[in-house]
Amino acid sequence: MKSSIVIDNVFKSVLFLCVAMTLLVTATVILILGTESFIFFQKVSIFDFLFGLKWEPLLEPKSFGVLPLVAGTFLVVVGAIALALPAGILIATYLSEFASERSRSFIKPALEILAGIPTVVYGFFALTFITPVIRTVLPQTEVFNALSAAIVVGVMILPMVASLCDDGFRSLPRSLKEGAYGLGATTFEVIRYILIPASGSRIGAAVVLAVSRAVGETMAVTLAAGATPKLTANPLESIQTMTSYIVQVSMGDTPRGGIEYMTCFAVGALLFVMTFAMNFIGNYFINKMKWEQA
Amino acid sequence: MSKPIIQVKDLSIFYGEKKAINSVNVSFSEKQVTAVIGPSGCGKSTLLRSLNRMNDFVENLRVEGEVLYKDQNIYAPKIDSADIRRQIGMVFQKPNPFPKSIYKNITWGPQINGYDFDPDALVEKCLKRAALWDEVKDRLDDSALALSGGQQQRLCIARAIAMNPEVILMDEPCSALDPKATSRIEDLILDLRNRYTIIIVTHNMQQAARISDETAFFFDGDLIEFGDTKEIFTNPVEEKTEDYITGRFG
Repeated sequence: MKSSIVIDNVFKSVLFLCVAMTLLVTATVILILGTESFIFFQKVSIFDFLFGLKWEPLLEPKSFGVLPLVAGTFLVVVGAIALALPAGILIATYLSEFASERSRSFIKPALEILAGIPTVVYGFFALTFITPVIRTVLPQTEVFNALSAAIVVGVMILPMVASLCDDGFRSLPRSLKEGAYGLGATTFEVIRYILIPASGSRIGAAVVLAVSRAVGETMAVTLAAGATPKLTANPLESIQTMTSYIVQVSMGDTPRGGIEYMTCFAVGALLFVMTFAMNFIGNYFINKMKWEQA
Repeated sequence: MSKPIIQVKDLSIFYGEKKAINSVNVSFSEKQVTAVIGPSGCGKSTLLRSLNRMNDFVENLRVEGEVLYKDQNIYAPKIDSADIRRQIGMVFQKPNPFPKSIYKNITWGPQINGYDFDPDALVEKCLKRAALWDEVKDRLDDSALALSGGQQQRLCIARAIAMNPEVILMDEPCSALDPKATSRIEDLILDLRNRYTIIIVTHNMQQAARISDETAFFFDGDLIEFGDTKEIFTNPVEEKTEDYITGRFG
């Protein structure tokens, strides 16, 4: 055999191994989450877990209703999206419709710096800066609160939302905008009635992927939002998200192997299912959009 | 020749340093069809788009000189360019209906501009004028994107008519259409000529000869010859015009 063929084959095997590794890791994670959760659900009914209103796995009498954690997560996510979506659409509008190529060339990298800041820094920033600011305006705010976490998570996902919306706006054919301008529309009307509706799928995809990212966000919410599982819609109170609960149990002195410890896997599995579903829906939107453009 | 509705005076247009239109003077007559012809890159589309300030959206583009619409310079500082485009409509090279229903494509323009109108009557009138009514009257709520290319282009003409413009600019409106759809658009242009002033850029010399009253021939940013279509096509004054219409270049 010629040596070049040998090298080719070796190279191919190495590449295949790399691919196999990633698949193996994913499969292992799913397997462990699955089996450990299965053991957990033999002790706690899945119905009580999913629909129970009280999460007190570490105190007697124990109760394993995950809804307070889900509610905490959603309080942060909804707040973050409420901030990031309008801001992201406005930034994208500016970038695609008003900014010159020159200003684009430094605004886009500046946005990406936001995305590159370590999340622990965001959490620290929320705790030491945003919360005090909120407390001067609304003194009843607790030291740990969902609002400050929502704000920093919003800032964190902003670059992603802005960038996806910008891509969406720019992918629309120029002729579509010209058609609207040709009817005497103002720039505002073109954006409001043509650009944004025609980019619906893109914006939908951006929101879903941003939600997925926000649901999984851990460090900032652990630092800023507190560790009080609570069914509340008040963002000024301390709450606990699914992710920060997992941190609490993993870091604390919860004995390994006990039912308290197992909750981690059940919450983790739920988190995984949620973000997986979000990514699936997000990609569905993106594919749908490709169809529309074809 | 009837009275001019648009007068172009010493108009020069630059893309950055490059001059695309070179001090052009020309008048477009009211309720006539004027064809603008010339080889690719001669500036005919640039000129057309300068007549309703569609060029405003092009970066690094600079305009010198005047375009008088009803004796008013549309490049004067106090002019609202959107208002100019309400009166001078446009149909583009590629059909570009909005991704909305057929019905809404017609009503959108008058609606955002706050016109007082009866939507059903307007939709019917515009689609009839654009010779599209019979084909779509039973499916006005369907998406405009479901129409064929030729139907989409007639819808775009109907959409322009809905604004009740005085002038309709057409930028090679048939270049993306098959011969049959093209001939329907040509018939339509002949129908519309008594109601609107139509200025049409075209690559197709036979089309210019068939549908226009007057013709302007551009070459390399200069207006070479302008006059009665019959004259231009049978008895051109300039050698370049003759070369072009007889197909020696372009």
